[in-house]
Amino acid sequence: MNAVTALIGRDLKTVLRQGSSAGTAVGFFLAVVLLLPLGLGPDQALLARIAPGSLWVALLMSVLLAAEGIFQSDYEDGSLELLTMGETPFEIVALAKALVHWLTTGLPLAVLAPLLGFLLNLPPDQVLPLTASMIIGSLGISLLAVLGAAITVGLRRGGPMLSLIILPLYVPMLVFGVSASSPATAIGGETAASLAILGALSLAALVMVPIAASAALKAHLQ
Amino acid sequence: MQKLANPKLFLRLADMVRPWVLGATIVLLVLGLYLAIVQAPQDYQQGETVRIMFVHVPAAWMALFVYSFMALAHGAGLVFRHPIAHIAAKAAAPIGACFTFLALATGSLWGKPMWGTWWVWDARLTSMFVLFLLYLGYLAVWSAFGEDNRAARIASVVALVGFINVPIVKFSVDWWNSLHQPASVLRAGGPSIDSSLLTPLFIMALAYAGLFVTLWLLAMKAEVLTRRIHQMQVAQAGEA
Amino acid sequence: MRLQGEGLTLERGGRVIFGDLSFAAEAGELVLLQGPNGSGKTSLLKLIAGLLRPVHGEITLSGGISGLATGQQAHLIGHGLALRSGLTVEENLAFWTFFLGGGDVARGLEAFGLDQLAHLPAGVLSAGQQRRLSLARLAAVGRPIWLLDEPSVGLDRMSLKQLNFQMGNHLSAGGIIIAASHGDFDITCTHRIELGDAS
Repeated sequence: MNAVTALIGRDLKTVLRQGSSAGTAVGFFLAVVLLLPLGLGPDQALLARIAPGSLWVALLMSVLLAAEGIFQSDYEDGSLELLTMGETPFEIVALAKALVHWLTTGLPLAVLAPLLGFLLNLPPDQVLPLTASMIIGSLGISLLAVLGAAITVGLRRGGPMLSLIILPLYVPMLVFGVSASSPATAIGGETAASLAILGALSLAALVMVPIAASAALKAHLQ
Repeated sequence: MQKLANPKLFLRLADMVRPWVLGATIVLLVLGLYLAIVQAPQDYQQGETVRIMFVHVPAAWMALFVYSFMALAHGAGLVFRHPIAHIAAKAAAPIGACFTFLALATGSLWGKPMWGTWWVWDARLTSMFVLFLLYLGYLAVWSAFGEDNRAARIASVVALVGFINVPIVKFSVDWWNSLHQPASVLRAGGPSIDSSLLTPLFIMALAYAGLFVTLWLLAMKAEVLTRRIHQMQVAQAGEA
Repeated sequence: MRLQGEGLTLERGGRVIFGDLSFAAEAGELVLLQGPNGSGKTSLLKLIAGLLRPVHGEITLSGGISGLATGQQAHLIGHGLALRSGLTVEENLAFWTFFLGGGDVARGLEAFGLDQLAHLPAGVLSAGQQRRLSLARLAAVGRPIWLLDEPSVGLDRMSLKQLNFQMGNHLSAGGIIIAASHGDFDITCTHRIELGDAS
């Protein structure tokens, strides 16, 4: 077993035995889905129009809400310092953390969200495109959430600040994610184009976030 | 009642009772399903789909019943200060959440042929959805506090505060204009359904109740044993 | 092997922690850092570990493994325990062993008398036992430099004996220990650095 596998294993075991943020994220997601029609009115036609966007917004906010604690326990008990002293580059450590977050929170939520589309009267033909866009985007969403957590670790009121920093970075993903959910909204009528750009965004995050998160965490350790 | 507060005695009693309850549940379930699927007549408007009622309505009843049970158990725990009362609520919660989910899902499946939509945000459905969220929030409290002694107290507060939703769910169809049909069983003036439908409904309700008791007894056993293991581990660490 | 710091000036939070500090440690030597709280003992250890960067001066390690930074050849024992209470004692130590480059988990557990507790979740251990578990990686993973920040805090007499024994072994094998402590160890220290007057 090498260092990275050990790190992923330790985090997964902790999530399995002590519960994860995924449950809270799901609960928050459901709460947002509840509030939207109560606030906007139960008109089914209106809900059908805003369903893809609403589900995307709810997804982003739920992931952000659950992101605050990603590095918290490691920061508090001194693990973070030790993690810089292994032979694994710290960027890889940050990437491993992001991978665990994606597997336990980002991906499950992205799979679940379109299934709950019926609550917002999502047209059935949009479920599959929305699922595709959310899964492809979920990697980028998780990575950016981890970046936000790295930037705000240890701060007492880090949650709102995390959202403030990361929400603007989510905008491109939101735009292309929603546009990929139906040919009517997609670029040039082809959802595939939006999905491709969404994928590119996720891959760009895959490269940039480990570097940025690693730098942010090391700055916190100073 | 005081005697039952002793975990060892409770477990022994539970182990004795459980097989009988399971047996009764199976019998009632088979009987109820037979009556529901074979014997009960078709609805003149809905046809066969009305049979979802026999799965949906008891589930909704149980969702409300279990939450009330949880609130009661926590109340008893706070008054009599027996930890096992709080554990009783904790053990019941996941089962109640599943019943709520079942009610929502079967209701949705019923709603599609009946109303033409999978979901609508009317008073009854919204308050049941809120009930589901309350269950999730309650479970989140236990999960967050883990082995902490404070968990029981905080969970009590969450359960008791959320209890206000139970009467809202029940009377929502009466208080607000609703797509969901108004009360037809527990209402002033007695049930408005014919006995050929009422009988299978009650039998299914009893079967669900039996299912709850069986699962709850199992959950209680698991909870008590888990705590015992933890205490043994602490003792083992203390001896070394 | 020789660990050397020359002319180290460190600033944290806008104030100078220490200025123009120099030290040297050869293989088999124990350097004791002493001084009041806040005088920079922890900061110096973190500096050597590579977590902090000095304003002036540098740290050089000669005789170690080339290609690895000083921090990658050092153990840092800080105030935090770095344990997950949901994992067993063995799983916790195994994780750090794997992550820090490999070693012997059983040896680490034995060195601090934790082999009886190996399968218990770390959360049920007493504070002293958890402290011993976090020290166990010193014995499990072999690294030449030990940076210890008040390692004896929370240890009873028997555990202190185990710690001193391990420290002695490490020095005999040619290791270097730099330890911040209010008290002394059973081992005679080669150098004593008094921190506290930030000049």
